[in-house]
Amino acid sequence: MELDTGATAWMLMSASLVLLMTPGLALFYGGMVRGKSVLNMMMMSFGAIAVVGVVYVLWGWSMSYGADLGGIVGNPFDQFGLSGAIYDAAGEFAIDDFGVPGIVGVGFQATFAIITVALISGAIADRAKFGTWMVFVAVWVTLCYFPMAHMVWGGGLLSGDGPFASIATPIDFAGGTVVHINAGVAALVLALVVGKRKGFGSEPMRPHNLPLVMLGAALLWFGWFGFNGGSAFTADGFAGLAWVNTTVATAAAVLGWLLVEKLRDGSATSLGAASGVVAGLVAITPAAGSVSPVGSIAVGAIAGVLSAFAVGLKYKLGYDDSLDVVGVHLVSGLWGTVSIGFLATETGLFYGGGLNQLAVQAIIAVVAIVFSGIITYLIAIALKAVMGWRVSEEAEVGGIDLAVHSESAYETVPQGSASGQIKREIRA
Amino acid sequence: MKLVTGVVQPHRLDDVKSALEAAGIRGMTVSEASGYGRQKGHTEVYRGAEYTVDLVPKVRVEVLVADEDASTVVDVVVKAAQTGRIGDGKVWTTTLDDVVRVRTGEHGDAAL
Repeated sequence: MELDTGATAWMLMSASLVLLMTPGLALFYGGMVRGKSVLNMMMMSFGAIAVVGVVYVLWGWSMSYGADLGGIVGNPFDQFGLSGAIYDAAGEFAIDDFGVPGIVGVGFQATFAIITVALISGAIADRAKFGTWMVFVAVWVTLCYFPMAHMVWGGGLLSGDGPFASIATPIDFAGGTVVHINAGVAALVLALVVGKRKGFGSEPMRPHNLPLVMLGAALLWFGWFGFNGGSAFTADGFAGLAWVNTTVATAAAVLGWLLVEKLRDGSATSLGAASGVVAGLVAITPAAGSVSPVGSIAVGAIAGVLSAFAVGLKYKLGYDDSLDVVGVHLVSGLWGTVSIGFLATETGLFYGGGLNQLAVQAIIAVVAIVFSGIITYLIAIALKAVMGWRVSEEAEVGGIDLAVHSESAYETVPQGSASGQIKREIRA
Repeated sequence: MKLVTGVVQPHRLDDVKSALEAAGIRGMTVSEASGYGRQKGHTEVYRGAEYTVDLVPKVRVEVLVADEDASTVVDVVVKAAQTGRIGDGKVWTTTLDDVVRVRTGEHGDAAL
């Protein structure tokens, strides 16, 4: 295959965009916690970049895309340390079917593993030992993320080469199952195993900096163009379709979320808009390559409405998914994955494609839920026994930033006061 | 000597400051404060969860004055800070034993 420089440039750009999403997530999550734990929240994202960045080149790529073991996972030793993944037999850079060097694909895929595990951190804000989190990141991507990526994208059980393809080819364009259902289920399991924050449900735990949340949401949206646009694997109309679908669905989700808030709570909030952005991005992720821009409006709007209601579940059911990873990523990830069965322009129910696609989408969603639930639970209870998850009550109440990182984000806890008005003198 | 303390709405600070300057007051101390009175805070909504925020932001203005100026200064602050709505704050006066100007060591009225 000849090198396609245009496609390669776009894939390098896409990988960079997706990597930017994780610092964006750090801002999105960081603004949502209280001022005494913002640094720890952001460090969980940066920690994920550090751990997965190393793990991915050692065995992550090989477990995702290496020689298949039973349709579940790639052999970690097949391309350990990227051996055989960079150069071809002639010693030249190996080029994939899209004219892009394989090493570019490694970088692109590594950024997906990073953001996925970072997403989970929102469920255990303010209270988790940093060391336990760092070990969790390494173990979880190894035992849960890489196998999921292999099953769906690496030619495994849930891919077009798997047993369900006889019904219809499963569609997960950029990670409805691998990323969002996976992270959402893991978040629910961790929230249950780690337990509630002190004062959850009784003390106010309002976001300390909504502009940070808005900035984070904007960076996530921007980075998502690489996430979805890059999942076309080349710079073509398919990437353009994914780009437009991503934008349309996200815009519609903001409208959906704000409408629910206005009708239910009386005010359209900035946190609601930022949350709607993420819900829309999540929902369109699996569908960005198979639905139309008009169909994307439905995908996004329904995601915004569903997630706006779903974030209230934790109070009813009593689990402390602190920053609503379940309500946003699991719920909109499930909807996005299933929405393909209705709205895919070639095989969807509404386009005369019958029920096959819908059935297959439901199957891969359920398999993802069960797989992620079991694996994450085993990892979480093992770490609880060996390392423990919780910082001391004193550290949690006093602030995890100071107790764990020996830092504080601000000189004083911001009160949101409006002091220091400036009188402007405008001189002609 | 009296200490006049006003806890007022943050957005009235500029008017209070200008009014005090216009009344000939040459110094004041301003600090951020939070609290509540009859207003009892307000309600905020985050992702559908309602929070009652009882401690709301205020600004505390402190002015040292001679006994005979105290009631004028109180009136000036009240007039400048008043919006007529709940949450406008309070102004009070306390009697002082002594005041010292740090630079010169002057005591009493001379230090004002």
